[in-house]
Amino acid sequence: MSFERALRCRECGREYELKPIFSCEFCFGPLEVAYDYDGIREAISTDSIERGPASLWRYAPLLPVDPQYKVDIGTGFTPLIRADRLAKRLGLDTLWLKNDTTNPTWSFKDRVVSMAIARARQFGFTAMACASTGNLANSVSAHSAAAGMEAFVFIPNDLEIGKVIGSAIYAPTLVMVEGNYDDVNRLCTELAGSRPWAFVNINVRPFYAEGSRTLSFEVAEQLGWRTPAHCVAPMASGSLFTKIWKGFQELHKVGLLADEPRIRMSGAQAAGCSPISTAFAQGTLNFVPQKPNTIARSLAIGNPADGYYALKVMEETGGGAEMATDEEIVEGIKLLAETEGIFAETAGGVTIACLQKLVASGAIRRDEETVAFITGGGLKTIEAVEGKLIEPVRVPANAEAFDAALAARQARLVGVGGA
Amino acid sequence: MATRRVRFTFEPDMIREPVIYQLGHKFQVVTDIRMADVDEGIGWVVLELDGEPEEIERSLAWARELGVRIDSTLGDVVEG
Ligand SMILES: Cc1ncc(COP(=O)(O)O)c(C=O)c1O
Ligand SMILES: [Zn+2]
Repeated sequence: MSFERALRCRECGREYELKPIFSCEFCFGPLEVAYDYDGIREAISTDSIERGPASLWRYAPLLPVDPQYKVDIGTGFTPLIRADRLAKRLGLDTLWLKNDTTNPTWSFKDRVVSMAIARARQFGFTAMACASTGNLANSVSAHSAAAGMEAFVFIPNDLEIGKVIGSAIYAPTLVMVEGNYDDVNRLCTELAGSRPWAFVNINVRPFYAEGSRTLSFEVAEQLGWRTPAHCVAPMASGSLFTKIWKGFQELHKVGLLADEPRIRMSGAQAAGCSPISTAFAQGTLNFVPQKPNTIARSLAIGNPADGYYALKVMEETGGGAEMATDEEIVEGIKLLAETEGIFAETAGGVTIACLQKLVASGAIRRDEETVAFITGGGLKTIEAVEGKLIEPVRVPANAEAFDAALAARQARLVGVGGA
Repeated sequence: MATRRVRFTFEPDMIREPVIYQLGHKFQVVTDIRMADVDEGIGWVVLELDGEPEEIERSLAWARELGVRIDSTLGDVVEG
């Protein structure tokens, strides 16, 4: 049972039956899932949700797939943590962190892939595919393994080892593509059009993208069925960012939120790949594609498919956008770890660094209750912080040497102004 | 040579046809209109552009300067 009704073009509004297609035949606009919201309203209540499983499947009536096809390795219902120590450092009264590093493959991509693979099975596909710089590849590999499906996973040939192993361990057909970013794009676009695969972010993209809404469903539920005043999320294609906003609005549409949400939505990008944040800074909805050059490779999309829609969300909600340099990203990762005990990947560093800038500039006021989305775990991008952390104390195995080394360390830390 | 398919969206107060006409004259790019819907309000045109990749980029930058919203009919497919 599901309440998806049709695919609808975001530009011209034409509707299509539910098929593995992603763009409008008439105007080439992107397609989005349309729902029977009245049906959902009758099928769902805060009680029914709270009695459901501790995963994203507790929101099944809101998802674009028949749950009997689900591949459940424990995705979703991740912690929402009150971050008082970080809030204090940044100058906020109330800050929450949505910690999506706890997903099965340590990133929010497990949410979108949960939708893509379930819908692919429902369509009758036997093989999954994706092109990715890491997180998506890991998630598609893991979910395909759990479903016993074939997986074709395309990655650039210069990827960090953690992200290569993080896919290879699930034994997909892992393809390392020679050439630059554009070459990988070109090859995969061509293959997607000619192979009988569910290419998660191409032919099943409308269904895939809906998975990100579960982040807002969870945040609203975890706050006691209400919404925060401000959200900060990282942007690559801009899909996650736009869908978080859509999710909150839908909760109101189906009666789970009494009031229409009034949330200011702000986006975070790396300075080395910032087409959306740059357009925002220039006051235009017309972004210019960029050639990515940043340590935040999970956010390195130079020509973001949902860039325009992300800018519309900022405009509509009175939100903003920021960008962080590579150094600021590393500082963001460290600050989050040192204040809240969460080790995030580079995308998390981008989010924290941008949050810091948004507060400093007054774009987020001190009294705005804020949720920051931490979308991926740090062990996949250890290269980013390697050699940039406080050196461990090295000692021979005796207590005297330890005491001496400890005293020396403390003197050193005071010397550099830390502690 | 390369082919790029893009979608131009025009604000109501923009002159449309001269933009595409001029683009084809100012740059070494062949324009082919695949689909279009232009009325009193907003208008859009799906164009196929043929030319050297850098020349296509230059022509798109020029159109963007004029205020045309330009979307790829498919963004990057490599994701994080
Ligand atoms: C960890 C992480 N955060 C955020 C994003 C941004 O996703 P989107 O492309 O939906 O903007 C990605 C994906 O590419 C990611 O891997
Ligand atoms: Zn359309």
